[in-house]
Amino acid sequence: MTKNPSGWRPDLGAADSEGARTGTFTGNRALMLEEPLIFEMEEGGGTGVDFAEVPGVESRLAGLERNRPIGIPGLSEPQTVRHYTRLSRQNYAIDLGLFPLGSCTMKHNPRLNEKVARMPGFADIHPLQPADTVQGALALIEMLGGWLVTLTGMHSVAMSPKAGAHGELCGLLAMRAALEARGDAREVILVPESAHGTNPATAAFAGYRVESIPANERGRVDLDALTARLGPDVAGVMITNPNTCGLFEPDMLAISEAVHAAGGLVYCDGANFNAIVGRVRPGDLGIDAMHINLHKTFSTPHGGGGPGSGPVVFSEALTPFAPLPFVERLGNHFALVEEEHVVGRAPRGPAVSGGHGDPMLAGQHHGSSFGRMTAFHGQMGMFTRAMAYILSHGADGLRQVSGDAVLNANYILRQLEDVLDAPFAASGPCMHEALFSDKGFQGGLTTLDLAKGLIDEGYHPMTMYFPLVVHGSMLVEPTETESKAALDQFIGALRSVAERAKAGDQSLKAAPVHAPRRRLDETLAARKPVLVYREPEQAQAAE
Amino acid sequence: MRYLPLAEADRQAMLRAIGATSVEDLFVDVPESARLPGKVEGLADHATEMAVERQLGALARQNLVAGEVPFFLGCGAYKHHIPSSVDHLIQRGEFLTSYTPYQPEIAQGTLQALFEFQTQVARLYGCDVANASMYDGSTACWEAIVMARRITKRGKAILSAGLHPHYVSVAQTMARFTGDRLDVALPELTAGAPGDDMERLLAGIDGDTSAVVVQYPNILGHVTDLSELAEQAHAAGALLIAVVTEPVALGLVRSPGEMGADIVVGEGQAIGVGLNFGGPYVGLFACKEKFVRQMPGRLCGETVDADGNRGFVLTLSTREQHIRREKATSNICTNSGLCALAFSIHMTLLGEKGLRQLAELNHAKAVAAADRLAHVPGVELVSGAFFNEFTLRLPSEARPVVRAMADRGVLGGVSLGRLYPGVDALANGLVVAVTETVTNEDVEALARALEECLMEGAGA
Repeated sequence: MTKNPSGWRPDLGAADSEGARTGTFTGNRALMLEEPLIFEMEEGGGTGVDFAEVPGVESRLAGLERNRPIGIPGLSEPQTVRHYTRLSRQNYAIDLGLFPLGSCTMKHNPRLNEKVARMPGFADIHPLQPADTVQGALALIEMLGGWLVTLTGMHSVAMSPKAGAHGELCGLLAMRAALEARGDAREVILVPESAHGTNPATAAFAGYRVESIPANERGRVDLDALTARLGPDVAGVMITNPNTCGLFEPDMLAISEAVHAAGGLVYCDGANFNAIVGRVRPGDLGIDAMHINLHKTFSTPHGGGGPGSGPVVFSEALTPFAPLPFVERLGNHFALVEEEHVVGRAPRGPAVSGGHGDPMLAGQHHGSSFGRMTAFHGQMGMFTRAMAYILSHGADGLRQVSGDAVLNANYILRQLEDVLDAPFAASGPCMHEALFSDKGFQGGLTTLDLAKGLIDEGYHPMTMYFPLVVHGSMLVEPTETESKAALDQFIGALRSVAERAKAGDQSLKAAPVHAPRRRLDETLAARKPVLVYREPEQAQAAE
Repeated sequence: MRYLPLAEADRQAMLRAIGATSVEDLFVDVPESARLPGKVEGLADHATEMAVERQLGALARQNLVAGEVPFFLGCGAYKHHIPSSVDHLIQRGEFLTSYTPYQPEIAQGTLQALFEFQTQVARLYGCDVANASMYDGSTACWEAIVMARRITKRGKAILSAGLHPHYVSVAQTMARFTGDRLDVALPELTAGAPGDDMERLLAGIDGDTSAVVVQYPNILGHVTDLSELAEQAHAAGALLIAVVTEPVALGLVRSPGEMGADIVVGEGQAIGVGLNFGGPYVGLFACKEKFVRQMPGRLCGETVDADGNRGFVLTLSTREQHIRREKATSNICTNSGLCALAFSIHMTLLGEKGLRQLAELNHAKAVAAADRLAHVPGVELVSGAFFNEFTLRLPSEARPVVRAMADRGVLGGVSLGRLYPGVDALANGLVVAVTETVTNEDVEALARALEECLMEGAGA
């Protein structure tokens, strides 16, 4: 691989295969700009930060000074800005267009939320400052918790879980602590086969054995199979509702009753809360714990994979077991209760004094907390964003959110069910996402080919091959922040690509042809993992 | 409703196309008893952008802002200056509003940035490989303990007394349910080496030990050589897990990987992310190459596209929950992508030269401040070897002193009474962090506040 002092690599444009990227000298195609790695850009030790002079002092490092270089390149500010700006342009994003990833709720991220999160009073405060100096921050956490409790009709909320899967863990640990407290050591968690992979992984992470429950032909949990499996060894179930087929579980009340009757508890995966927010309260469905992905329903940005935030709402029965820390309102004062585990000593319950309004945060009455699950106290930067989003919509707007989200999904379902197989369309309306399959594709074409064809049409593809209960599944979630015109254009594009797939159009196998890269060799990446950059000489030596 | 594009006429046209008469028709699967007839009661209606900004701005103004006062808090979260371009770049919509890069052809920006991030973290930690981030340092620490159990097939981890007490608590919470055994201890204010329990760690390693977990620099700021610990752990078939909560330190001191650590995890917040009242932060996770298939979390790898051009993809995903389900190495899905990007951009701006300067500046300022504060009557500098954070022993309980100083507008450090409530032997301890953001005037203000508060008997 050649390299020259200014950083560009002439060999990038030298590919001469069919559909070669370009014949240009640079490898660029006008606004489609190739960008080397930072490790390939500068020979010397550049930097983009100026520092004051270091005062002379005698080192106190006990002889631990570094004695060899780290190998981290530095770039000046203009180089840095250009590098990341160029990289950014190789990404699809909600800001560019409809992003119909089922189960991910890629809705518009309001910029007010970004502004609020960056207010110094929220962004520039330390988690261990004395409580008197962060009253506004604690008040915001309490306010958001109150909205979540009221919207879900539950009893309390734990704010510290860092993301959805962390929230699942929080819920399961509270369930386990509650069962253990009554001397009931149950070992099994039942998970429907349509569940997100995080559900069984979380149950295992919490020390449970996982058993799968089948779906019925209508894409719902098989109530008979579930009921038959319940027994004294079953700690509970994890149900996603609305489920991953985009359908509401109509038997939810019967499921909850059956599980409770058998001595178990009900965890609800709230990833799809966007479909019902403001219209249905999970607390009315017999649920004991549910996490809420603030980065889905409440529009905190996904940021290319995170950060998220996964507060968990609890029933009254589970509230005493919720995690530390939590915010407690004492009149006009907000306290952060974080004391329980003192290293080297037996855990003790937190000191709680009375006098507080509702709605409440988890733990206001809990002397049986299962403990701490993260340093400090949760994703403040996500709380501020979600709070701004929630206040902007209000109770009336949130009801409109779920209504529009469900309307948009049903519109897509009905506009495309003539061209794409929709396995559960006959069973009635869907919730916030429409499920299709690859049934009827010809010439060996698959869901993957259709997805890559959509990329050439200027869209991020839908969720592929999930849920697992449908062959070649495609899960389309438009969200409420799309206009009818945007939906119509997307429907037209998807129809066009679907018709090509059904006609066996082999050119789809080559898609995408207009993206910054053509199909990437994932098998090669896994067979010979290259996870960090190595200087060319190191890389050769490694082979 | 400014975020909802559908007009009422659109809704009616779409309902007609669907064959429904109202949106309520679409909720027929919900049991009638659980369907609310109208909006949720007891909550406010929608508000203008201006009104929301005012309401939340009023809450923000009730907090004492780190950047506006003499500020000395650390213990796992550090205040450093973040160049303006970092926040500008992470707010580009293509980064901010993109998803996990599951469609690599249209996510090369995120993927290449992650590949660069992984390389920066691996090199900083002195490891072969790093992943694409975890939630934070504390959860990364537990994941490392679980990973060591999988690798060694042993169930006892020895946690250093110098490990952040929140990290210890997280591990204890999880271990209660998983059956892992944890050997823990409280730190001591040993003169010259607070929180150092090297002898205990070395003595505790046995044939059941999966890993020794040691923080570097430790919760009380102390730095010590880990080489012998690594050797002894390896000799017994155990792993050394090093935890770094202040990555800036590694600009100046030797990396844990160089000293033999097998897994190095930590908090990346200090670089690029900011304080944010505790989150979101970014967990860093690196290890030796031979353990890569036991790692939790996402990994980005290099490959080629159909034209033979270099590109990047998420890889080795058979470790992960969406493929392996209950047999996955972890349940993590969403990580800290945008914080990882902020870390990486800040690190790119610093480069080796800048990181070293930053670290030198931190150390020099901390040394000067430690010597100054040791002259406050009754105050004793406990720390001997430290980077930018050190421990003082006050003549009385530190927690009320910290509160009294805050009343005077000085955020003077973290009291050990806050971190170890009820532990009398630690109650007089005060951990002070000094970064490049601290001025000489700030140090004088702290010295003055400390002296005054002690004289007034705030801690007595």
